[in-house]
Amino acid sequence: MSHPKDDPCAHCEEMMQPYIDHILTEVERLEAEHHLDECDWCRRRYRFEESLRVYVRQVVTEPMSASLRRKLSELRIPLN
Amino acid sequence: MSSATVAVMAETTPDATRLAAEARDRVRFEEEALALADQVFRVARHLAPSKDEAEDLVQETYARAFRSWKSYTPGTNLRAWLLRILTNLNIDRGRRNQRAPQTTALEANDYYLYDKLSEADGGAGDEERVVERLSQDDIVSALAAVPHDFRDVIVLVDIGDFSYQDAANILDIPIGTVMSRLHRGRRVLKRELAESVMEDAS
Repeated sequence: MSHPKDDPCAHCEEMMQPYIDHILTEVERLEAEHHLDECDWCRRRYRFEESLRVYVRQVVTEPMSASLRRKLSELRIPLN
Repeated sequence: MSSATVAVMAETTPDATRLAAEARDRVRFEEEALALADQVFRVARHLAPSKDEAEDLVQETYARAFRSWKSYTPGTNLRAWLLRILTNLNIDRGRRNQRAPQTTALEANDYYLYDKLSEADGGAGDEERVVERLSQDDIVSALAAVPHDFRDVIVLVDIGDFSYQDAANILDIPIGTVMSRLHRGRRVLKRELAESVMEDAS
């Protein structure tokens, strides 16, 4: 995929993670959004990043085994 | 112990009253901790190098937590408290037998993975479909390939849903370090993902 990596897009790429993490300053956020409004190329990549975050968050983990669950309960300190 | 038993004990002496109150607090602590076991295991599973080691770690964590329950401050984040024990144990037991930490972990630019995926797709598809080109196995193995310093932070924040501050407390590192490792770690993860996709394709 070719796209002229001119400064606005490179700058927008730098702001992507902090933008999604909501840690940009108000000025930076507006700056990013202004660029995203007019740049479909960057906008797609931001949306992809958001989807990826959700996808990683939902990463499948096999459930805890019943034997581990039982062992944990057995670790409780008995009352005298 | 039933609450009736506790009440009977409480009637005997002031010392018994104190002990009964303590027993009640401890039982409550254990129950709250056990209720979090699924979530603790889920995070442990991606912090530890294998499922067996994750199970061992969770057991050790709970054994230690039950012994030192008094050092937990009620009302604070119990899940973070448990994870702090777990990550310390994980470091102590030298899980760091995985490949040596790379000081120059290979990162890609933030747009790199999308570019690779959409390229493989023969042009721009929609973003949700592009992400679906990745399998859950791709995510799990790419995550496992990320050097541990970065991975710990990604697992805690992006999978465990801990705040930066909680992650900083758990790992005993400054919050600025959490943020920079997270930022770089996600780039390393995306590079690993791009590599696994390119391998699949070849």
